[in-house]
Amino acid sequence: VTASRTVPALGKPRTSRVPTVADVTLPNGLRVLAVRRAGVPLVELRLRIPFAGRGEEHVARAQLLGDTLLSGTDSRDASQIAIDLQSLGGQLHASNDADRLGISGSVLSSGFGGMLDLLGDLLTAASYPKEEVLAERDRLVQELAIHRSQASVVAREALLRRMYGEHPYGRELPGAEAVAEVKPGQLRALHAKRVVPAGSVLTVVGDVQPAKAVAQVEKKLATWTASTKAARTPKLPKHLPGPALLLDRPDAVQTTIRMAGPAPARSAQEYAAVSLANMVFGGYFSSRWTANIREDKGYTYGGHSVFEHPPAGSRLSVSVDVATDVTAPAVLETLYELGRIATVPVSQEELDQARRYAIGSLQLGAASQAGLASMISMLVGADLGVDYLREFPRQLQQVTVDDVLAAAATWMAPSRLTWVLVGDVKAIAVPLEGLIALERG
Amino acid sequence: VVVSPDPSSPVVAVAVYYDVGMRSEPEGRTGFAHLFEHLMFQGSASLGKTEHFTYVQGSGGTLNGSTHVDYTNYYEVLPSNAAELALFLEADRMRSVALTQENLENQVAVVQNEIRVNVQNRPYGGFPWLSMPPVLYDSFANTHDGYGSFVDLESATLDDARQFFDRYYAPGNAVLTVVGDVRTAEVQDWVERHFGDIPARKTPKRPSFAEKAITAERRGVVHDRLAPAPAVALAWRTTDPADLETYLPYVVLAEVLTDGDAARLQDRLLLRDRSVTSVGGYLGIMGDSYDARDPTPLVVEVHHPDETPVADVVGAIDEELARLAGDGLGEGELTRTVARMTARYLRELDPYMGRAQQLAVFEQQRSRAELVNELPGLLEGVTAASVQAAAATLRPDNRAMLELRPGDGS
Repeated sequence: VTASRTVPALGKPRTSRVPTVADVTLPNGLRVLAVRRAGVPLVELRLRIPFAGRGEEHVARAQLLGDTLLSGTDSRDASQIAIDLQSLGGQLHASNDADRLGISGSVLSSGFGGMLDLLGDLLTAASYPKEEVLAERDRLVQELAIHRSQASVVAREALLRRMYGEHPYGRELPGAEAVAEVKPGQLRALHAKRVVPAGSVLTVVGDVQPAKAVAQVEKKLATWTASTKAARTPKLPKHLPGPALLLDRPDAVQTTIRMAGPAPARSAQEYAAVSLANMVFGGYFSSRWTANIREDKGYTYGGHSVFEHPPAGSRLSVSVDVATDVTAPAVLETLYELGRIATVPVSQEELDQARRYAIGSLQLGAASQAGLASMISMLVGADLGVDYLREFPRQLQQVTVDDVLAAAATWMAPSRLTWVLVGDVKAIAVPLEGLIALERG
Repeated sequence: VVVSPDPSSPVVAVAVYYDVGMRSEPEGRTGFAHLFEHLMFQGSASLGKTEHFTYVQGSGGTLNGSTHVDYTNYYEVLPSNAAELALFLEADRMRSVALTQENLENQVAVVQNEIRVNVQNRPYGGFPWLSMPPVLYDSFANTHDGYGSFVDLESATLDDARQFFDRYYAPGNAVLTVVGDVRTAEVQDWVERHFGDIPARKTPKRPSFAEKAITAERRGVVHDRLAPAPAVALAWRTTDPADLETYLPYVVLAEVLTDGDAARLQDRLLLRDRSVTSVGGYLGIMGDSYDARDPTPLVVEVHHPDETPVADVVGAIDEELARLAGDGLGEGELTRTVARMTARYLRELDPYMGRAQQLAVFEQQRSRAELVNELPGLLEGVTAASVQAAAATLRPDNRAMLELRPGDGS
C-alpha cells in the first residue's frame, strides 16, 4: 500500500476576458452579434427567430417547416443546397421549440460569405416544394414513432402536459395526425408570416473581424424584410403539482422518473442561490443525490437536476432512471434529499464547492467557438447581455447558506414538483402507493 | 507525455489513455474493461471514494472516462489554475488505485443500470455496436459484448481487478496529454513530481486481433420488443488503420456514402426512393474513425418503415456501391466531401479536450501525435481512384448483414 500524499493547492486563478461583441441592429430589424475567437479557421452561426404559436397545428407546421427549410429555394433544389453546403465546408440545420425556430451551423471561414448567401436565399426564397414536403411528412411520422418508443420521451411528454396543459409548453412534439395533415402551402404561409428579421438575432463567433462580419451580414441579408413582427409566448398557467402520474411500460427493467416545477429566471435575484442549492442537491456528480442513490446504493447509472429557461417561465427539471425492483426505495431517497435541501441548511464547504464548480463551468463553456456562440445566443435570447458572464460569478460569490435554504424551500421541496413515473406498474405500483400520492395514467 | 500549450482561454485539458480496451478482456469477464474504468473513480492512496470527483468539480472542472475497443481514457477539463491538481489526481490512481469489495459490488450495480438505461430499456439499444460484432467477426476478442453480461459482471472479483490493473495500467502502457493554458516547462516539472516515482512495470504485448477474410455473406437477426420499426446494418471489414494510405480512402468513402443530403445513399434512399427513415455510415464499430486498430469495419445503418422490404434497402445500397465502383466519383464530389470532413475535424479539435484526446490516441496507436496537424493534408491527398477502389471492395459476398425486427420474435 502506498502512503497518502498531500493534494496540491490550486494556483492563482486567471479570469476569462469577457469577449468584445459587435452588436448592431440592421435596418431590417435583425440584431447581429459578432465576436472574434480565432482558434481554428471556422465560423459558428446561431440564428434565433421567435416562433411561438398556439395549438397542435402550429407545432406540426413549425416542426415540418424546420425539417424542410433546406429542401429547396426558388433557385436551388435540395441536392444543390446540400452540395453547396458541403463545398463551403459548412453544415446548417434548423430546430424548433415552443418559442423559437433556431437555425445553426458552422463553416470554414473561407466560406463565410457563401454561407450568408445560402442563408439569405433560404430566408427569402425557401420554396417548400410539394414532393419534398410530402416525403418529409411521411418520414417525420416514422421518426416520431421511433422517438416516442423511448421511455424518456414518454415521460417528458407526460410531464410537460401535466405542468402546462394546453399552453404551448405542454406540447413539445407534434402528434402524428397533425403532421399528416400539413400542406406545403401552409408552410409557405407560415414562413412568410413568421420567418422575419424583426425580433430575430444572429450570433456569429469565430475566425472573423466583427465589424466586417456585421457588414457582410447586412449586405447579404438586406433583402430579408417583412412587415410582420415576432409573436411572444403566452403567459404560463398556475402550477398545480397534483399527485404523481404513473404510466405503464409492461416488463420495463427500469422506472423512468421525471420531476419538474417552476424556477426563477436567470435574471432573477435568487437565481444564483437556487442554482447553488440545486448543485448541492443533484446538479453535478459531486452532489448528495448522486452520492446517495448511485455511489452508496447503486440504484441508478445517474440522476440529473437542471434548470431549463424557456422565456415564458423557467423550470427545475429532475430526472433519473432506476432499476425496477428498487423504484420505491429510490423514490424514498429522492424525497429525502429534496426534503433535506429544502429544510436543513447546507454546510459552508458544500456551498463553496458548488460555487467553485458553477463559476468554473461558465468559463469552460465559453472556451470553444461553438460553446461561446451557443452561450451568447442563449444569453441574448434570455434578454441578458454578454456582461452576464462577468455579473453572474459576482452574484454566485455573494450567496450565503441562508440564501440557499430560502431558495430551496421556495423552489425545491418535493411536494412543489410535478412527478411522472414510467415503469412496470405491476411491479412498482404497490410499494410506491405507500410513499406518494399516485394517479394511474 | 504530450503537451500542447494554448493560452487563449484560462482552461486546461488533461487526458490519460491506457492501451487496453474491450478487445483485451478475458473470457468469462465480458464488460470487465468498462467495469474497471468505473473502479478507477472509486479512490486511491491519497483519495477517498468520490474525492476524485469533488477535487475536480470543486476546482470548477468537469471529468469523465470512457471505454473503447482498443483503449480506456480518463479526462478532465478545468480552470488552468487546477492543472497541477489534475495531474496529481491522475498520478495517484495510476500509482495506487484503491480496490474494495464494497466499491466493486456498488459499481457492478451502477454498470448494470447503465446497461439497462442504454440497452435494455431503450429501443434500438446496442444496435448495431453490440449486435453486429458477433455476425461480422469470429474471435471472442472481437465478438463479445463489451458492456458485459450480468453474470460475468457479477462474477468479477477483486483479484481480477488487481491483475487487470497490474497488467494493463502500467505507466508504460499509458499516454498523458495536457492541452491549454500551461507552459511546457511547468507541466514537465509537475509530471516528474507526481508521476516520476511510479515504478515502471512490464507493459503487455498487444496481440493481433486480425481475422481471416469473409468469403460468403453473413446474416444475423435481432429482435427488439421496444422498437416500433425495423432497421438494418451492413458491415464490411476494411484495411488495417495502421496504414493510413490504404485506410483513409475508406474514411472518405463512408462520407461520400452517408454524410448529408448530398451523399450517395441519402440522395438515393431519402431524396429519390423515399423508402427509409434515416441513413448513417461510419468507420469503427463505435463510430471512432481514427481511434481504432485492426480490424475496423465500415458500417452502414438504415432505419426503414415496415412497408419497405429490407431486400429493397439492401438492393439499393448494392446498386449505389456498384455504380460508385464502376463510374467513380462525380465532378467535384471528392473536393466537397473532403472540405466538410476537414471542417468537422477542425471543429472537433477546437475545444482543448478534443485536441487532448486526438493527440493521445494518435500518440498511443501510431506514436505520432503530430498527425493531429497533418491529417487535413492527408485527407486532401486521398485520390478519387483510391475511393473508387475502396468502394469496389464492399461487395455482398464479404459483408455482414444484421436485421433488427420489431417484436419479441415469436
